[in-house]
Amino acid sequence: MKPLLEVADLTLHFGGVKALTDVSFAVREKEFLCLIGPNGAGKTTLLKSILGIVQPQQAEIRLAGRSITHLPTHRRIRLGLALTHQIVRPFTCMTVRDNVALAAGHQRLQRVLGALVHLDRRSERAKAAAFLERVGIGDYMDHPVAGLPLGVLKRLEVARALALSPRLLLLDEPLAGLNHVEAGRLADTVAEINQGGMTVVMIEHNLSEVLRVAQRLVVLDNGAKIAEGDPRQVLLMPTVQAAYLGEETDIAAD
Amino acid sequence: MGIYEISLATVVGINVILALGLNLITGFCGQISLGHAAFYGIGAYTTALAAQSGVPGLVSLAAAMFAAAAIGVVVGLASLRVRHDFLAITTMGVGFLFLGIVRQEDRWLGGELGISAIPAFGLSKPGYLLFVLLLALLTAMLSGYINRSWMGFAFEAVADDEDTARVVGVDVAAYKLAAFSLGTALAGLAGGLYAYFTRFIVPDDFGFITSISILSMVAVGGIGSTTGVILGAGLLTLMPEFFRFISDYKLLVYGVLLFAVMRFAPEGLAGVGRSWLARWRLGRRAP
Repeated sequence: MKPLLEVADLTLHFGGVKALTDVSFAVREKEFLCLIGPNGAGKTTLLKSILGIVQPQQAEIRLAGRSITHLPTHRRIRLGLALTHQIVRPFTCMTVRDNVALAAGHQRLQRVLGALVHLDRRSERAKAAAFLERVGIGDYMDHPVAGLPLGVLKRLEVARALALSPRLLLLDEPLAGLNHVEAGRLADTVAEINQGGMTVVMIEHNLSEVLRVAQRLVVLDNGAKIAEGDPRQVLLMPTVQAAYLGEETDIAAD
Repeated sequence: MGIYEISLATVVGINVILALGLNLITGFCGQISLGHAAFYGIGAYTTALAAQSGVPGLVSLAAAMFAAAAIGVVVGLASLRVRHDFLAITTMGVGFLFLGIVRQEDRWLGGELGISAIPAFGLSKPGYLLFVLLLALLTAMLSGYINRSWMGFAFEAVADDEDTARVVGVDVAAYKLAAFSLGTALAGLAGGLYAYFTRFIVPDDFGFITSISILSMVAVGGIGSTTGVILGAGLLTLMPEFFRFISDYKLLVYGVLLFAVMRFAPEGLAGVGRSWLARWRLGRRAP
């Protein structure tokens, strides 16, 4: 089966700092892939380059066989990508529900003049309500975003990404900052969504949750892919353990 | 209504259109502009030249809108590259550039002396006032409509956080250009109306001070609020007339007002109104 997302030879540096070096990986249709690695490994930068938020110096990125390497971010979103930020970025002047309703109506926004003739927001608000219930923050629907706790905002990010009805959901540490119970519940929700047929790529530090939900792992260290495969096997690999224990991977590889 | 009141009301109508145009760009879409007077000027000069070469009134007003919007899109392109304070400086530069060109060009644009003897629009003074007020009303309705539409929803997102807007699939560039073209077209219309009203224009009518005055109308009224901006435009136009002494210190008063609003009521008159209304409702509910 053709992979849904293919990333080939992705290299990105900020000035002299190499953030990612020749990273290649593929995401299969309907799988739940976790992207792990120590802090500063380049995981977030990798997701951001898949979305075109940062521009790699070299890469070939394909979604369902179609090259998206040179498309602007909003076009990639329309083709079926969605991202949640690690550091939450809600629209602070809107209510929780409108944050999600805007995403639910992103088809209406494609043409500027088309957006001008549409007034009705009811169906999008109804959809937004359903997504908010789904991630468990239905109670906060009509709250302004300003001043809400991090746990709610993290789940708002997920609801907003889901509202885009993507083919591939990219989640950047959605569980970070949530307490044990909240994290478990949100991981379950994401797993359910995946079982419903949505392909998921998730960056996560919480390894017990990763082992619980991930079908496959990709491990990054120092901007390079060091391992890939079945979660339990990957975590036992010496290179991966060395990276996590903070040793120099070069030495461990020697 | 005497001739003085009619003139005054006409100027209020023109300023309402002008301020609502800037509110589209700065209030709805969050793009600061310190050079709005340049587009007002482009409209005025276009209309003056068109009218002098015998173009009918409505056509020359349309030409004014088109010319201002065309340059507006070019400046909008700059807004795709720079943000916030850099955009403020860039738009300010556009204002000075316009002024510089108009002042130097004395063959067609009259240089420092401007353009005089602009043909009349063809309406009596009260008739012209009604025409201006009708256009101001239409502008206000358009403004309210945009705010409720999905275009307004997208503007709100761009104003709030451009990067997040991109991530929910908003074509940020297209919406910024839409805001700039609509807002500057309205400035062009206001300029055309002004040229037909005074029938005599000079570069100084469209200088930096005018840009700041328009921005003050928007800020005092309440950035993003259509009703607030109409009130702001009315208040700041009439104030120097009713209190003659203000006229001499107009800039000083505007400056103090702008500072006071930013410091004590950042949401302007509209914000003050909303909080009074909320308090009044609360007072009624709790006996």
